[in-house]
Amino acid sequence: MEKIILFAPLVGALIGGFGWRIIGEKGAQYLTTGLLFLAAILSWIVFLGFDGETRLIEIMTWIQSGTLDTSWSIRLDRLTAIMLIVVTSVSSLVHLYSFGYMAHDENFDDAKGESYRARFFAYLSFFTFTMLMLVTSDNLVQMFFGWEGVGVASYLLIGFYYKKPSANAAAMKAFVVNRVGDFGFALGIFGLFYMTGSINFDEVFTAAPDLAHQNISFLWTEWNAANLLAFLLFVGAMGKSAQFFLHTWLPDAMEGPTPVSALIHAATMVTAGVFLVVRMSPLMEFAPGATTIIVYVGAITAFFAATVGLVQNDIKRVIAYSTCSQLGYMFVAAGVGVYSAAMFHLFTHAFFKAMLFLGAGSVIHAMHHEQDMRNYGGLRKKIPLTYWAMMIGTLAITGVGIPLTYYGFAGFLSKDAIIESAWGAHTSAGNFAFWMLVIAAFMTSFYSWRLMFLTFFGKPRGNPHTHDHAHESPVVMLIPLGALALGAIFAGMIWLKPFFGDHDTVNKFYGVPVHEVATDDHGAAAAVFEVDAGHTTDVAATDDHGAATEHAAGWTPGSGAVYTHPDNHVLDNAHHAPTWVKVSPFFAMLGGLLLALWMYIWNPTLPARLANAQPYLYRFLLNKWYVDEIYDFLFVKPSQALGRFLWKRGDQQTIDGALNGLALGIIPFFTRLAGRAQSGYIFTYAFWMVIGVLVLMTWLTISGGAE
Amino acid sequence: MISQDISTVLPEITLAIYAMVALLGAVYTKKDGLAGLILWSTAGVFTLVALWIATMAPGTQTAFNGMFNDDAFARFAKVMILLSAAAVLVMGQDYMQKRDLLRFEYPILVTLAVIGMMMMVSAGDLMALYMGLELQSLALYVVASLHRDSVRSTEAGLKYFVLGALSSGLLLYGASLTYGFAGTTLFSGILSTVHEGHVSLGLLFGLVFIVAGLAFKVSAAPFHMWTPDVYEGSPTPVTAFFATAPKVAAMGLFARVLHDAFGGATADWSQIIALLSVVSMFLGAVAAIGQTNIKRLMAFSSIAHMGFALMGLAAGTVYGVQAMLVYIAIYVTMNIGTFAFILSLEKDGKAVTDIAALNQYSKAEPMRALAMLVLLFSLAGVPPMLGFFGKFYVLQAAVNAGMSWLAVAGVIASVIGAFYYLRIVYFMYFGEESDGLDKPGSFVLNAGLVASAVIMLAGIVNLFGIEPIAEAAAQALVN
Repeated sequence: MEKIILFAPLVGALIGGFGWRIIGEKGAQYLTTGLLFLAAILSWIVFLGFDGETRLIEIMTWIQSGTLDTSWSIRLDRLTAIMLIVVTSVSSLVHLYSFGYMAHDENFDDAKGESYRARFFAYLSFFTFTMLMLVTSDNLVQMFFGWEGVGVASYLLIGFYYKKPSANAAAMKAFVVNRVGDFGFALGIFGLFYMTGSINFDEVFTAAPDLAHQNISFLWTEWNAANLLAFLLFVGAMGKSAQFFLHTWLPDAMEGPTPVSALIHAATMVTAGVFLVVRMSPLMEFAPGATTIIVYVGAITAFFAATVGLVQNDIKRVIAYSTCSQLGYMFVAAGVGVYSAAMFHLFTHAFFKAMLFLGAGSVIHAMHHEQDMRNYGGLRKKIPLTYWAMMIGTLAITGVGIPLTYYGFAGFLSKDAIIESAWGAHTSAGNFAFWMLVIAAFMTSFYSWRLMFLTFFGKPRGNPHTHDHAHESPVVMLIPLGALALGAIFAGMIWLKPFFGDHDTVNKFYGVPVHEVATDDHGAAAAVFEVDAGHTTDVAATDDHGAATEHAAGWTPGSGAVYTHPDNHVLDNAHHAPTWVKVSPFFAMLGGLLLALWMYIWNPTLPARLANAQPYLYRFLLNKWYVDEIYDFLFVKPSQALGRFLWKRGDQQTIDGALNGLALGIIPFFTRLAGRAQSGYIFTYAFWMVIGVLVLMTWLTISGGAE
Repeated sequence: MISQDISTVLPEITLAIYAMVALLGAVYTKKDGLAGLILWSTAGVFTLVALWIATMAPGTQTAFNGMFNDDAFARFAKVMILLSAAAVLVMGQDYMQKRDLLRFEYPILVTLAVIGMMMMVSAGDLMALYMGLELQSLALYVVASLHRDSVRSTEAGLKYFVLGALSSGLLLYGASLTYGFAGTTLFSGILSTVHEGHVSLGLLFGLVFIVAGLAFKVSAAPFHMWTPDVYEGSPTPVTAFFATAPKVAAMGLFARVLHDAFGGATADWSQIIALLSVVSMFLGAVAAIGQTNIKRLMAFSSIAHMGFALMGLAAGTVYGVQAMLVYIAIYVTMNIGTFAFILSLEKDGKAVTDIAALNQYSKAEPMRALAMLVLLFSLAGVPPMLGFFGKFYVLQAAVNAGMSWLAVAGVIASVIGAFYYLRIVYFMYFGEESDGLDKPGSFVLNAGLVASAVIMLAGIVNLFGIEPIAEAAAQALVN
């Protein structure tokens, strides 16, 4: 069954991509979508029926060379199961949605016989296959294969409108920036192989505790092996997940068709970095230095992206920065050691962010590919279903729910879980992250509601003609919205316990073997949680700590889907966070909503005045903290100059010049010389022979052959 | 004892008796009228003897007190000599007949030359060496001037004779020096005197003179000067013969002298051979660029190729000899195909040797042009043709022997050399329109051309299994 899930998209991609001339464009679309739905249904069956036991399903022997012995196999554990449903569900819905969205495209000319639909669907399916390769991998190299595969698919899809120079540039930028991260990832893999002699997860995880006591020499410096390798892997994750410093490609990636943004740049591929960190939890737990960096980078990204999102006008860019920001949340959770919370947010985020993108796509579709929100307004009546879908998405992302209970939209539960975890870390990094995330939550609420108000409320702005022709999207585009809406509303409430309940439930969910002795404490620990998560007493906390220690002692890294160190009590601390911590994101959300209401509904002239009053701040944010410009100055310009130098001076002048001079000047000279020597007279020839003998004898004598 | 000696040299004796019978038979009957028959029967005899030698029991026999060796190396070279001589004879028949050159002496002289060559590769003594060499050379001098009415052919024969005499003189001088310092003419005796690593200066001078004489035979620079003139002046079938069998014999003799007689002085002669190799490769590559006559061009091409073969020899190892043998085998095969092509170039019944006549040849004769393209790429050493693997072999031998500089020089020379091969391809495919050549008729020539081209492509699978045979041959020689 797992093999069918993995290979169905590949079959679809191959047949759809190469055989669409035989089965037709429609045929290719139906085939790829049908296979994806098959994969999605099977994934849900696997997820719901999964007992938490890690299983390995071998497909074939892959690489055998020296001590490197790797088979291509599926590692099925809880993490994989979660990712399977996220990837296949969103992918199948996006396939379906694309029927409508890609039906007509002004970038291609049907009349000229330019067919693009089969290609688009084949790319989507290919992406899904490589993403599944990534999440099902059982070793680092297989994961790297999928990692690069999604990179290729992302490149192809960002540059799908290959006639647009901006799309091509964005595709290249995504590829190049990801290369920086991948370099780190590759170094990390090499380092792990160097230190542990294996790239299989099982062996690497088992060796992880030892790595904490070993040193590795890198860049002429001795480093703690665990810290360095964890950091290098995280660099890879930064690239893929668009974290600060390597985030610049993500907003540009919005050049791709909107379904691509929903699938790749919101729900699945960009979360691969989070997945990597969580997958490597047995290593991360022994790398306190690296995880501290992860927390800081995640928190800064969440804050930075949210500030930039405040002022963007392109509807897709707002959501892109929002994605960037939410990924920061996930990294904070993973960094403080609450991997399940990171996965929880990844899971819920996939639903509501895909929905926001697909909703935005629906708006764009209705507005004839207009993406500037300043030209929207009052669309509530024109496209009501899209409006409600977007509303649900916004409620989910901003985290609307009833404080101190477990009732709320998906984002409410998962985001609060992360914020509590950050506080529960009880470290300076955790406190920093906590405040950053709360501020980011405030801004998230503001820009999300700003998007809603600018798009759906107020008076129509921009081209009246476009507004007159605004129409609701076809039903194939609305069905995915509906399906994702269900996820956005209920996913949090249904799966809160397994992801962020007390650690026994979480351990069971992730298939972490529970120690016999520890089960005795189970009741007490669970009871504490169920009475009131907000209720904290020193006694309860102490009990819990003791229990946690015993639990964790009973198993070794790698036997479950995630690993938490015996001394890692962040999950419990988070549950015992004070009330003000627990309600703070809610009030941040409320504040953002009110501010947005004030600025965009009650007093619409205010934003412009504010921008004029604070021109420097406004431009700083509008230009995305000038990161692109700094990179342009620091990296792009110098490398272009270097390239030009090597091209003009090095290649054209030196190499070409030398070769041309040699080929057109020096060799013909010798040719003429040889021709002249060939005089035709016997005495010349005899003379040369004598000369030859002389030279040989002299050579032999001088070179000391003879004593 | 004598009966065993006779049985060891039985193939040579058979050929010699055949040559004399054919000579007498032709003289006392219809003379040139029998030429065609004799030519075919000679080719047949060559093939049969080649098969006979190829199927002989493995192992080493010596005859006449070590003056004659029959080992795997000799047999490998002999089979190559016999088969290539047979192929060239058959290919040239049509050409000779048309120009009224088909004298009955021609196949008989070739037979005598072949006997000389077989003697050369089997030589175990300086006397035997010289006997084989002169038997070969004298026959070749005559064959070169076969076209008696042509000034060029006569000139070619005369030049070859005079310079050949000079080279023989050098060789004899070297042989006498060697005899003087070693006290023996037997290779095994010479080997035992240099075995202790002490090589006297006199012996080394003898070595240099012998090398110079042999270098003349393989046309290695700077002893190559005769080659272009003789190649151009001789009738084309004779040129084809010069380019194939004598080269095998001379390289075989070269290897035999260096390893059997001077095996203890490898370090000394390897640098001389390397020098000859480099000069030959570069001169062959550079000088050929200026040529417009395809026969002269092939002369320089053979000089360059001999440079590469010498590179294998210069390595001074078993692997080097093996590489040299494989290289020569590939070289001979390529040259047979190329000369089959050249022999068929005619315009209004006259032979054409100007490269420019090949303009747009691909339009008139696409198959033959394609086959020639394969051969030219192979000659230039472009993968995946066999010619590349031949070069690769000798380069590897040089690198393994610690002579990387030689390998680098070889690569540079082959890059330069690629120019003139590819220029012919350019003429054939992209040249300007010109008057077409005659339709080639001979089946034999087409078969030779296509078979050679197919071998260049198909041989990459396992080189038709000559690798292990060449290795055995090399091991028999180097010990």
